[in-house]
Order: sequence, then structure tokens, then C-alpha cells
Amino acid sequence: MQWDLNWFICTLRSSIGKKLIMALTGLGFCIFLIAHLAGNLTICAGEDAFNSYSERLHALGPLIILTEIGLLFFAVAHVFIGAYLFYENFRARPEGYLVKKNAGGRTIGSVTMPYTGLFILLFIVIHLVDFHFVEKTDQTIYQIVLETFSNPGYAFFYIVSMIIVAIHVSHGFWSAFQTLGVSNSEYMSVFRVVSIIISLAVGFGFGILPIYISFIS
Amino acid sequence: MTKARDKSCINLKLKVWRQKGPDARGRFETYKARDVSTDMSFLEMLDVVNEEIILSGKDPIAFDHDCREGICGACGTMVNGRAHGPEKGTTLCQLHMRHFSPGDTVVIEPWRSRAFKVIKDLVVDRIAFEKIIQAGGYISVNTGGAPDGNAVSVPQEVAEKAMDAAECIGCGACVAACPNASAMLFVGAKISQFTLLPQGLPEAKKRALAMVGKMDQLGFGNCANETECEKECPKEISIENIARMNREFLKAGLL
Repeated sequence: MQWDLNWFICTLRSSIGKKLIMALTGLGFCIFLIAHLAGNLTICAGEDAFNSYSERLHALGPLIILTEIGLLFFAVAHVFIGAYLFYENFRARPEGYLVKKNAGGRTIGSVTMPYTGLFILLFIVIHLVDFHFVEKTDQTIYQIVLETFSNPGYAFFYIVSMIIVAIHVSHGFWSAFQTLGVSNSEYMSVFRVVSIIISLAVGFGFGILPIYISFIS
Repeated sequence: MTKARDKSCINLKLKVWRQKGPDARGRFETYKARDVSTDMSFLEMLDVVNEEIILSGKDPIAFDHDCREGICGACGTMVNGRAHGPEKGTTLCQLHMRHFSPGDTVVIEPWRSRAFKVIKDLVVDRIAFEKIIQAGGYISVNTGGAPDGNAVSVPQEVAEKAMDAAECIGCGACVAACPNASAMLFVGAKISQFTLLPQGLPEAKKRALAMVGKMDQLGFGNCANETECEKECPKEISIENIARMNREFLKAGLL
């Protein structure tokens, strides 16, 4: 079959095509989360290590800008297509059930997916305002992190947010492989276990940071 | 004798969705099911209740049924929030009243989906499934002498997987149970049963595109991998068939 653009767009507009975009962008975020977590954990090696990590990251220049644009593009796609799928799914059952019980397939992650997603979007906006678009001329990133997390209310909000991210990832990660069609009965349990491991790593890894910082400061 | 009989009989309260026609407004009505033998199937229980309703000169509860052996796919309603009731791997006709306790309230509702319109009471129009099958759920075979059955070899494990997918009876429980009213387990099973076998391969691409396209067009929701379908399927069809459908569709649509 000859490759053609209309065909390609038609495929992406289908139910599976939209899910494919959700899966690919979602996996992109998983990679980003792991890289971000690895970077953040340098704070455990002390102030200098953390600041130098930040400097070296920004020294990448165009590469980092390109990544940021890519992530923004991914985020827009993930949010809008996710919202559209949510709308379509809502519309697919105009009249609901008087009684509906879980047959044992749904998990806390799968049930809350659209809501945790919306919360994460709000968190990212707040997070970018606090750490990315913050004035950095007269203080280092280490000082900013220390100062922000010294507010117990903010630290609590951050930890709750990370638990919510972990819940989102717990369903999202394995789900992506199912959507991509690389899953089968043998691999599925492996993907589900890895999904839990990654969500725990993300939840604990990020969530522990405000607690660690409150101990050292 | 009477005592023993009493023990195996239960009284239930039924809350049943009644709707006169496709465009009529429906509502729940309450019925008493008295002296229901625990050896009855759920449909037999409804038959007994209907006899009483008919005797009182009212319209009996309409529900779909045919073989009553769990193989035709005609029956099926939501029973207390579960498709085909609470038993695993069981159609409604094979659900026995021994799984209920005396005095239970049983809520009986039709499958709910934009693609499955209620025709009357608990009967829904599943023509949408037929339309998906018409779109590509077949293989094209030339007429003529029947080919030798052993001429095309199929590995045993592949044949098993194809047979597992082909177990789908098209009852619609997957759509009913899915939080998004998605038909992807049904379509996944139908695509898989052909794609896994050599006879289905020549039309694999065309079939995946046509069947998924039709499914989208009919207004089913999108799979969110909640796996409720697999848990409620009376034939316990695995969601690995959905993964296979995704694979087949993306292969056909992108490569």
C-alpha cells in the first residue's frame, strides 16, 4: 500500500489512532519523569552537586529548548486528545445504570485517570511558575528549592501531587503497551508489574524530596 | 417433604427496567418473585414472574433469550450492576438462583450504550454488532471443491488462540460492562479469530481497517484498558485480543 498523508491522518483520527497518540505521548512523559527524577536526586549529593547539575542542564542550550518545545507539544496533544476521548466516552452511554459494580478489572489508577490527569495539569502549571519561570538572577536553584519547600503547606501539596502522578502512571504505563499492541497474555503481567514499580519509584522518589529537604535545612 | 421444598425456594424482590418501546420513557417497576426454586436459571425465574404478570392481565417483562445453554449470545441483562449477573464466565441463562439469598433485591437493567438502543424493557438492539461483522468479519472463499482439511497446517497453540477468540458469542456484555461502552473486546475477538489463521490473512489489513472504522462510526466508546470486559465476558475472552486488534489496525493504517 502506498503511504499517503490522508490515510495517515485518517488512522490517527480513529479511536485506536487517538489512543496511540495518548500512549506515545504518555510514554514520553514517563521517560521525562525518570530523567527528571534522576536529576532531582542529585540534591542528595549536596548543594554544589545540585547547582552544577542545573547549570550543566541549561548549558545544553538549543537541545534543552528543543526538548521543552517537544514536551509542550506532547502535553497539548495528551491533554486535548485525552479530553476529547473523555467526552466521546461520556457520550457513548447517554443513560447510565442505576446499579453498576466493579467486576474486578478496574483499579484506582484506571478509575481516576481523567481526574488525576486534570490535577496533574494544574500541578504542572503551578510547578513551572514556581521553579521554571521564577527569577533566578540573585539566587541559585538550590536556594529556590529550599525556600519553596520550607513552606509546609507547599510541601504537603507537592507530596500529594506526586502520589497522584504515581496513581496516573500506575495505569498509564502498562496501558500504553496494550494500546501499542506490543502486549500479549505473556507480556501483560510483566508490563503491569513494571507499571507499579515505575509508579512507586516516581511517587517515592519525588515525594521524598520535600521531606529530605526539611531534614537538611 | 414440604419443609425440604421450602428450603430450596426463595422469595426475591425484583426492580426491573420497563420501557414500552424504543422512544418511550422507561422506569423501574418492582415485582415480587415468590417461591423461586434455587435450581431455576435466572431466565426461568423471569418466566415464572411473567406468568404471574400475564395472569394479572399486564404486559410481561420482555427479555432476549434463545438457546438457554450459554452458547447463542441472545440473553443478557445487568443484574445488580454486573453483566450477566455476579457469576464469572456465565451467561444469564446459566446463572442459577442458588447464587441469590432469600429476600434479596435484584436490580435488572438492559445493556446501556448509545450503540445499543432499548427496543423494549430489557431487550436491546444489537444490530451494531452485525454491522461491524458485515464490514469485515468474514473470509472470502472461492466456490468449488472443498480443499483438503490438512493442506494448510496451523500450529496447535495458534489454533487454540484463534478458537479462544472465536468463542465470542456476541452477547454485548463487554460493551455493557465497559465504563466507556466500548466494543473493542468484541471487535478484537472477531479480528483475532481470522487474523490468527492462514485463511484470514489475505484480508487482514482490509478487515482491521473496515471493522475498526465501522465500530467508531457506530458510536461506541474508546477502550481505556479498564479490563472490565474481560472480567464480565461469559466466554472469558482475554484483552490480549484487543492488543492484537490494535497491532493489526496500526500495522494496516500506518505501515
